[in-house]
Amino acid sequence: MDPRTTHFASRLDELTQLVLRLGGLVEEAIGRSVHALVDRDSGTARKVLESDHAIDRLELEIDHLCLELLLLQQPMAGDLRFIATAMKINSDLERIGDHAVNISERALELNEAPPMPTFIDLPLMATRAQAMVRDALDAFVRRDAELAVATIARDRELNDQMRENFTRLADHAREQPQDIDQALRLSFVTKYFERIGDMAKNVCEQVVFMASGEVIKHQRVSRTGSGEDQS
Amino acid sequence: MSESETQTPDRKELITEVPSALVSIRNLSLWYGAKQALDKIDFEIPRKKITAFIGPSGCGKSTLLRCLNRLNDLVDGVRMEGDILMEGSSVNDPEIDVNMLRKRVGMVFQKSNPFPKSIYENVAYGLRIHGVTSRRELDEIVERSLKQAALWDEVKDRLDDSALGMSGGQQQRLCIARALAVDPEVILLDEPCSALDPIATGHIEELMQSLKDEYTMVIVTHNMQQASRVSDYTAFLYLGELVEYKETEKLFLTPASRRTEDYITGRFG
Repeated sequence: MDPRTTHFASRLDELTQLVLRLGGLVEEAIGRSVHALVDRDSGTARKVLESDHAIDRLELEIDHLCLELLLLQQPMAGDLRFIATAMKINSDLERIGDHAVNISERALELNEAPPMPTFIDLPLMATRAQAMVRDALDAFVRRDAELAVATIARDRELNDQMRENFTRLADHAREQPQDIDQALRLSFVTKYFERIGDMAKNVCEQVVFMASGEVIKHQRVSRTGSGEDQS
Repeated sequence: MSESETQTPDRKELITEVPSALVSIRNLSLWYGAKQALDKIDFEIPRKKITAFIGPSGCGKSTLLRCLNRLNDLVDGVRMEGDILMEGSSVNDPEIDVNMLRKRVGMVFQKSNPFPKSIYENVAYGLRIHGVTSRRELDEIVERSLKQAALWDEVKDRLDDSALGMSGGQQQRLCIARALAVDPEVILLDEPCSALDPIATGHIEELMQSLKDEYTMVIVTHNMQQASRVSDYTAFLYLGELVEYKETEKLFLTPASRRTEDYITGRFG
């Protein structure tokens, strides 16, 4: 029997679609939070806060479907790796949504204060973080380990940019102590974008496991049986 | 990685080497008349582990199991090539005493087959055949075997009752006790739970785990969940060929062969 015609295969397709819908909502939340911040649009920030419920509901729905499939279908091999991956990236995507909420909350606070001169490139960080999330989801749908590995490599750009932003914000706060609150809030925002990159990286690591069975996360620990986590 | 249409994994990726082999199956082929049932099977069964044979009906898994204690000798028109070595010695050596081989390699069948005798006599039967006459020795071994088979507490007060009055699950454990009584090295189990309910199946699976430290076990099962629950190593056979053989977790989580993947995920079979 062609597996695509079976009930189980259609449920797996349904799971893929739910994960993609969650990914779409999360991407949209990131985009809106950046807009709220850069264009000082508090209305959009509030929309991000309101739409987080939809993300949370979808996370619960995906969890429920994954448990149902594990329980009722007792999947093996590639099917098992797919469902285990969906369960894990489900919580990573929901966390990304939470970071979009955090960015929007900081935007609401920053929008209350006078604008600061633009000296850190948050839109570039946002674009890179969004692209990582999008490519991680593409890799998931296409079961593409190569794209996942290539996407993981881009996490370093976000880490470097975060360090650069921290330095600039600290320098600015020293020179203009009256801006310290805003500088601190922008430091948080830059950290949230860096964390979104980490979450996208987690998704990609899981995709590599799903596609090939190879575990690539925490490599220092898994190679030696000890050592520090390299997450 | 799963094999693509153009790339077939090599033997090293498909057939694992085991740490301490008790049985070596060497290039074994078998025919029933003109029909080939096994095709150049070559792998090793580890000592004091549980090895499962899985595959669709007619794949050769029961035939292979029966080669291990030469039950196929009883089938007309069987021809074999290759060999099976136990501790380095051929089980097919014409000099070998088949009864002694079957004492070393006990067997439990799909349908429990207690003799129409008392519970006690079922367990003592093999011992008497092998010349044990001392009542005290018989008592000791019967008790030990029934305890090993997790049956003692249920039957100790009715050892003289007919075995045919026991439940299906108890009868199957009695057959395991009967096999254990003659102190085998290997226990072959041919779909031992296929006629049992989930509770009785659970008892047999628990029993297998408790016997693992002392015995080498090989189980043929149609139930892949059972294979994944109880076994340490799993061999997947298809159309008489050994397709893949490795640690059970690896075989069920990351099979190297597309045929294994398709079978265990229900794409065919």
